[in-house]
Amino acid sequence: MSMSTASGVVLIGGSAGGLQAILTLLPGLSPRLNAAVVIVLHRQNRADSVLAELLGIKTTLPVHEAEEKEALMPGTIYLAPPDYHLLVETDHTLSLDYSEKVNFSRPSIDVTFTSAASVFGAKTMAILLSGANDDGVEGLADVHEAGGITLVQDPLTAVVDFMPRHAIAAVPVDHVLAAADMARFINDFAGVTTG
Amino acid sequence: MNRNHISEQEVSMLLNDVLERYGYDFTEYAHASINRRVNHLFQVDRFPSFAEFRYRIISDADYALRFVEEITVNVTEMFRDPQFYLTLRRQVLPLLATYPLIRIWHAGCSTGEEVYSFAILLKEANLLHKSVIYATDINTSVLEKGRTGIFPLSQMQQYSRNYMEAGGLHDFSSYYTANYEYAKFRQDLGEKIIFSPHNLVTDGSFNEFQLIICRNVLIYFNKTLQDKVLRLFCDSLEPLGFLALGSKESLNFTSVSGQFRQLDNKEKIWRKHHL
Repeated sequence: MSMSTASGVVLIGGSAGGLQAILTLLPGLSPRLNAAVVIVLHRQNRADSVLAELLGIKTTLPVHEAEEKEALMPGTIYLAPPDYHLLVETDHTLSLDYSEKVNFSRPSIDVTFTSAASVFGAKTMAILLSGANDDGVEGLADVHEAGGITLVQDPLTAVVDFMPRHAIAAVPVDHVLAAADMARFINDFAGVTTG
Repeated sequence: MNRNHISEQEVSMLLNDVLERYGYDFTEYAHASINRRVNHLFQVDRFPSFAEFRYRIISDADYALRFVEEITVNVTEMFRDPQFYLTLRRQVLPLLATYPLIRIWHAGCSTGEEVYSFAILLKEANLLHKSVIYATDINTSVLEKGRTGIFPLSQMQQYSRNYMEAGGLHDFSSYYTANYEYAKFRQDLGEKIIFSPHNLVTDGSFNEFQLIICRNVLIYFNKTLQDKVLRLFCDSLEPLGFLALGSKESLNFTSVSGQFRQLDNKEKIWRKHHL
């Protein structure tokens, strides 16, 4: 089977100021990334595809808003749709959930991080970027506990440093990096496809 | 964090217990969401162990009902996705208007905010008097709330914005009476709504409809159950009837897709073929 689902996942969560960091790190991602990338960004609850298009300009990897029951494929970037939580199933498909907001947020970074960590375990890398609230900190801890790798944006380089500062204080973080230096770590973690 | 955690296998055991003891079948729900909610309940209710949690569910029918009500999602709002309501208003209601009696099934209606929204659309199209809306949910306590037509006043500002974006014709506040922190919706809106329990997993069809609305319910089901429920909807629709789903739900790649045609727009509204 040439079309098997991703064996690893890179999770990226951000709130206020997170978009700038994502736009900075995306161009460095290898076009042959051997992991799925899932982005959870707090944004306005407006159904539109503008964000996927905006991110698509910065990378050769395909970017789209996650569809429910969609399989996570390596080398593909999935964006949590506005106003839904995004979860990962044990068969590596994605589920959507319109339950209560978590940390005043839907999608919640915590929900996706925790769910993905329970499925991918040590093959999870989670990155928490700029933001003004706590969402993502608990999920980052769950990724760490599951044996995954945790990255946090260097607060000195974050537009809003509350979220990264809180994460560094609360979780044993593996790397604290400027957004521009993250792609290298992601490529190392995810490897590249040989085919 | 090091929290007490219930594994997916343990969740499966609980779901089997609830099915065998009480007849509620969650075994074909998508796992990730239900795992999260079961774990949340386990923590909120402070059970010291999985064994005690399980024993309580098996031995206490009242608690089992709480379990059922807490693991299903009951979040809803009025005129959610205003564009969807605008499309119903402009493209679907004019066709429904040709029927002498309009039968609508709102499946998985939760506390009824979207049902009242649709009743307002019907009222403004001068169709409510010849309509019947069957509003169903698995959860009887949310239906009880729906019957009252009373919703938190704090939400009305947001709902009013949604209503205007959905092409609302009047002052939204003319539809309710504010009383302390609650808004009670006008009685004439609720008169044509029949709130009734119905379990999409185990119950069959109970009428033929010209419109079935089921939004953000299928996302909680696995593929097999989605197909089964969509067949139930298909069988419960008259030829040329409409099926309206949530903004991230679709008939594409399902067993009934051949029997429907999507309306010519972005909204998730399909029309059943003639025959």
